[in-house]
Amino acid sequence: MHLLNEIYHLYYDGFKSMKIGKKLWLLIAIKLFILFVIVKWIFFPNILKTKFDTDAQRSTYILEQLTKNKE
Amino acid sequence: MEHATELIDWSRAQFALTALYHWLFVPLTLGLTFIIAIMETIYVKTGDVWWKKTTQFWMTILAINFAIGLATGIIMEFEFGTNWSNYSWIVGDIFGAPLAIEGLMAFFMESTFFAVMFFGWDKVSKKMHLTSTWLVAIGSNLSALWILVANGWMQHPVGMTFNPDTARNEMHDFAAVFFNPNAVSKFLHTISSGYVLASVFVIGISAWYLIKRREVRFAKRSIIVAASFGLITSLFMLTSGDESAFEVAQNQPMKLAAMEGLYRGEERAGIIAIGLLDKEKELGDEKEPFLFSLEIPNALSFLGYHSLNAFVPGIHDLVYGNEKHHIMSISDKMQEGKLAVSALTAYKTYKKEGKEAKAKEALKDFRAHEKYMGYGYLKKPEDAVPNVALTFYSFHTMVGLGTWFLILFILVLYFAMINEIEKKRWLLYAALWSIPLAYVAQECGWIVAEVGRQPWAIQDLLPVGMAASNVASSSVMITFWLFAVLFTGLLIAEVKIMLTQIKNGPEAH
Repeated sequence: MHLLNEIYHLYYDGFKSMKIGKKLWLLIAIKLFILFVIVKWIFFPNILKTKFDTDAQRSTYILEQLTKNKE
Repeated sequence: MEHATELIDWSRAQFALTALYHWLFVPLTLGLTFIIAIMETIYVKTGDVWWKKTTQFWMTILAINFAIGLATGIIMEFEFGTNWSNYSWIVGDIFGAPLAIEGLMAFFMESTFFAVMFFGWDKVSKKMHLTSTWLVAIGSNLSALWILVANGWMQHPVGMTFNPDTARNEMHDFAAVFFNPNAVSKFLHTISSGYVLASVFVIGISAWYLIKRREVRFAKRSIIVAASFGLITSLFMLTSGDESAFEVAQNQPMKLAAMEGLYRGEERAGIIAIGLLDKEKELGDEKEPFLFSLEIPNALSFLGYHSLNAFVPGIHDLVYGNEKHHIMSISDKMQEGKLAVSALTAYKTYKKEGKEAKAKEALKDFRAHEKYMGYGYLKKPEDAVPNVALTFYSFHTMVGLGTWFLILFILVLYFAMINEIEKKRWLLYAALWSIPLAYVAQECGWIVAEVGRQPWAIQDLLPVGMAASNVASSSVMITFWLFAVLFTGLLIAEVKIMLTQIKNGPEAH
């Protein structure tokens, strides 16, 4: 319990007394929001996951791609 | 799956942009963590609070770089899923394990000890704090290990088997993947180059203080630590670079030939120290590849094959074959590749029809030719040649700058030790202007590694044209510009925040 308390205070006091760190955390938060909410969600769907429901379908699709010029 | 050139070019450009921007942040973290750990060790050993202040200042610079660079690499994973979905699927099992380990290691090791390093100065004992700082340095470098293992596999795929039922490469030998000589040499060369960059960075910033005649004691101390670290790691980088070149010669001879602009193979081949390529030179013609060049005799034979007399194949030999030296032509490899693709097609058809015996025969046939499978997708032999000029100039810029940094470390260390560094204004300016050059060298290194291995996404097995997804090139183009704006914004933010901290100086801590 004492150890947990120490760990809690390490983070709590550390964040509280930050100077430049606050600006950096804000920047990190904005960046992660842009990356994961806007960029990933709007522009970067996982093509194979959105197109197909199962791994078997994905395998079939890729095999078709690898061999289609030969059929 | 032969996509339009425009789509492939945009997909490649976007990945290159993301990777190059991401790499602006990584090497400083790799090296600066160790420099900080060394400084803190001196503080703990001597008890001199000046060293504590020095350590804390560079820690703040590290924090800025870390915060701005954080998660810039994740975009590459988005791109794998969207722009390179075929590739992602085919390599999934190889990439999954190393990247999962990297994620776990980065999260638990770095983030836990990062907190102690930044918040724990007066909360934990000196020794505990020092241990955390060293663990942050080791953890950051180990994170890089896993992604470089994955990259090494793409350059020299080992320890896997292609499963024709799932169309995936499945790992059967983790040790072979992990100890892949290409991955080992790539990791050592990459991290040591990060140490060199961080050393140049610390020396350059310290030189600025000396130019401004402020923070003199702090700057001199930082210079001695960084120059010593830089000198040792530069020598290590030289040996790891030699090992990398040896590996390239064994597994990617086309890349080595492009790095040296070597069109016709020769015994006792030399390294071009300085050279200007003739733009008019084309594969197969008799023109000299260089308008002018200075060569170090026998050096390429030694670098590539550890023998002064060894034959080094040129681009012409590798494309059209060389019977005397038992080099197979690309045409023959394309034939083998087409047989592999045909056998895979037959296997798929027989499996669908339930003809197991015939499927087994087709699979045997596929295994006999699969080594060259990727060549089956090339349209003409010349497609196997990377951009020679870009590879050549990038390689020579990297080597030239690496040599300059070694000289810089020696000069700076010498004048700092005899306490005359402040008087050498030319050297201080040279050190300051070497900071951007260190970044240029880093990016050139990656251009050599990645452009030099084109057209392959996976060496010999999957060309980039087959690796790309079938998406609209306009959407890739839009996200290219989106990233260009986003990353440039982040870079401006980093430089601005960092410059403010540097101007404030260590006394502000």
